[in-house]
Amino acid sequence: MKQRRKISIIAAACLVVSLAASALVLHQIDQLRPQATRQEVLYLNSPTVLKRLSLGYNGLLADIYWTRAVQYFGFRHHNHADSYNLLAPLLEIAAHLDPHLVVAYHFGASFLAPAPPNGAGQPAEAIRLMEYGIQNNPTEWRLYYDLGFVYYMNLKDYPKAADAFARGAKVPDAHPFLRLLAAQMAEHAGEFETARMMWRATYENNRDELIRENAVEHLRALRVDEDVTHLQQAVTRFGERTGRLPTSMGELTAAEGLPPVPADPDGHPYRMTGEGRIELRVPDDFPFATRGLPPGYTPQPKFHSNSQ
Amino acid sequence: MNSRIVHIATNTFREAVRDRVLYNLIAFALLLSGAAVLVGQISIEIEKLVVINLGLTAVSLFGIVIAIFIGIGLVSKEIEKRTLYTVLSRPVRRWEFIVGKFFGLAGTLVVNTFFMAIGVFAALLYVSHHLVKSDALILVALYFIILEFVIICSLALLFSSFSSPLLSAVFAFSLFVIGSFAEDLRGFAAMAHGFTRWVATGAAYLVPNFSALNVVSSIAHGEPVTAALILHNTLYALFYAAMALSGAVLIFEHRNLK
Amino acid sequence: MSAIEILGLEKVYKVGFWTKRPKRALSPLHLAVEEGEIFGFLGPNGAGKTTTLKLLMGLVFPSAGSARILGREWTDPEVKAQIGFLPEQPYFYDHLTAHELLNYYAQLSAVPAKERSRRVQATLQRVGLPDVQGVQLRKFSKGMLQRVGIAQAILHEPKLVFFDEPMSGLDPIGRREVRNLMEQLKQEGKTVFFSTHILSDAEALCDRVAIIHKGELRGVGAVEELTSSVQGKVEVIWQGTQIPASLKALGAECHVTGDTVRAIIDERQQDAVIDALRRERLRLVALTPLRTSLEAYFVEKLRRAETTAGSTV
Repeated sequence: MKQRRKISIIAAACLVVSLAASALVLHQIDQLRPQATRQEVLYLNSPTVLKRLSLGYNGLLADIYWTRAVQYFGFRHHNHADSYNLLAPLLEIAAHLDPHLVVAYHFGASFLAPAPPNGAGQPAEAIRLMEYGIQNNPTEWRLYYDLGFVYYMNLKDYPKAADAFARGAKVPDAHPFLRLLAAQMAEHAGEFETARMMWRATYENNRDELIRENAVEHLRALRVDEDVTHLQQAVTRFGERTGRLPTSMGELTAAEGLPPVPADPDGHPYRMTGEGRIELRVPDDFPFATRGLPPGYTPQPKFHSNSQ
Repeated sequence: MNSRIVHIATNTFREAVRDRVLYNLIAFALLLSGAAVLVGQISIEIEKLVVINLGLTAVSLFGIVIAIFIGIGLVSKEIEKRTLYTVLSRPVRRWEFIVGKFFGLAGTLVVNTFFMAIGVFAALLYVSHHLVKSDALILVALYFIILEFVIICSLALLFSSFSSPLLSAVFAFSLFVIGSFAEDLRGFAAMAHGFTRWVATGAAYLVPNFSALNVVSSIAHGEPVTAALILHNTLYALFYAAMALSGAVLIFEHRNLK
Repeated sequence: MSAIEILGLEKVYKVGFWTKRPKRALSPLHLAVEEGEIFGFLGPNGAGKTTTLKLLMGLVFPSAGSARILGREWTDPEVKAQIGFLPEQPYFYDHLTAHELLNYYAQLSAVPAKERSRRVQATLQRVGLPDVQGVQLRKFSKGMLQRVGIAQAILHEPKLVFFDEPMSGLDPIGRREVRNLMEQLKQEGKTVFFSTHILSDAEALCDRVAIIHKGELRGVGAVEELTSSVQGKVEVIWQGTQIPASLKALGAECHVTGDTVRAIIDERQQDAVIDALRRERLRLVALTPLRTSLEAYFVEKLRRAETTAGSTV
């Protein structure tokens, strides 16, 4: 009996120690080969072959490739990558294995088209993926939205965007705002309000963390762009009226009847340079802002906290 | 104490080698290597690639099957058929039995791999007529495959210590499949939230990590394997096997052998 | 020192899938076996004989109680070096030969390397398997496997041997050989503890027996005592078909078979009957004290247990 207890205790201790040790080593291994499964795509990237190899478990394999796509993007984005060559193949494989994996199309819409480092910079691939998705899911109105989104945001092709939204609006149970967007494209394509509508729609219609964070950043940037535009217009008006530049933000806001301390969405007041330029205090907090930046400055992309 | 483990291991090896199942599977694997040669001839320029891919995959898969078949036989069948009673009526401790069986089985698989590897190299020589330095990578892949076997053997023993032969085989094979997707499981765990995340992370670390040990596709393309990875994989396999064996010993110590 | 001292060993199994009901395989057992004797452990199938043996071998863990074997705790691994065990219907590694198997067992029992092959050969000879070189065990018949089983149990010259149904699978000649073997072991000073449900074997071999039924000990004692003429009856056989009137008066049971008469009389009437037969000039063929057979004792014990026992748990 005593023997048995002694052996049991030793075995139990050994079990716990080796469990902990193996988990630790495994963690290390993950650091050593972070992208390994994703690299496999380089060697095996024919969807048809994969479909056969999956022995009928297409759905599962599609989910696996989808997971890999997200991990791939998140990891590289976190490590300041400037290319995402494998994103398109990974998403395409996932979509081919399971054409109804709608979230893959949403992800492609957000991250395939934009230029690096925020995306793969492959708008044509994105369009192709969207069309494939629409072909296989003709009643999924969100995919028409995604298609229009890519045309609008990345290709600035407003007529095609309008066309996509219009197609989507015809789908039964489509969200009414699609029709609205189609109309907006015609006249108000370049306006802040339109862009704001789109990003808000993207935010609300998606549950994926990365997509939503991306949308939020764009909304913040829009706010900044809008604010800076209005403030800059105020500076111009001030100049036309008084023939000089305002000496301070306070003078400007008092003269133009604006709220006293205009601030960015983080609460930091905008500054005005000696040459009358309105600028952000911390440009890097707004990676997608196009206005309010010092001359020739591009903000560093902001990296998401929960990606690997 | 040590000599008993050696004797049990040797006896296990002998019994395993005499079991004709082993020969059939080896023959099959060799056949597959031969088939790889033929397939390679159909697709020009990638014969070598096909031979390495197919050959190594065959070694790995058939080895896993052998490991599970014979591994299960070790304790489960011994209990069912009561060969164990006469062993344990001797001055053999239960834990020595488990450890001895493990070494016997692992040894069998190493020898087995050796023979199958000869088949792969033979096929490779046939298609490329000479070996280049990068072919040494195949040895690394084979070493990793042996590490996979070590893990699977320990799991087979773990399940055998409490489960019937059939169930043990099912569990072991399932863990092999899941383990091959272990990295994806961890990726899924990272994306999940709340309770699912805890469960998935726990599972992801408990499941044997075969994805890191599977370097077949990359070495087929001549990609090198870092020494750090070799070291870490070795440590991982050893710790994991130790864990599974400790579990097996723990369970077996308390098991009533009906 | 007793060879075996069983001190209240008990085993209760929990049976069932969802709700575990207790099933008593062995009630607390108290038993002692002396060195140098052949001890029979008798009982019908499912009585608890194999459970007891497995408990003693450490294959199964007791719910309560303990045992001492050769003066040590039964869980002491060193004890195992001095005992041998033959399980019921043994089965061995299919692909080994008898020599390899026994050699393996010899290694595990720490028989010195130099001695091993000699011992293996000698033991195989002793159990009646002299010519099985190179034959794999899967080709052995049941009887041959039984002999191999016996061989592995005595190979390392243990002081105490446990046999579970040693005669099973053997033809009458084989059974006689095993009986002889057990006698030899006794003569060598070894203790033999064997379980069986074949009473005639026990009667022939054992010094003492214990009877177990439904997990409970029903009786222990020397075979002599148990089968001694408790009833005090005597059997008388004489030539002829006549039954003297005086015998009838004594109330004896008489049966005529062929040309002899057989009568069962009371022991105390023995002399009166002999006188009666002499007076009538009847030829006495045989006069035998009637012994209760072990079987009768056995059946009676079991039957009594049935009637007194209430529930079976």
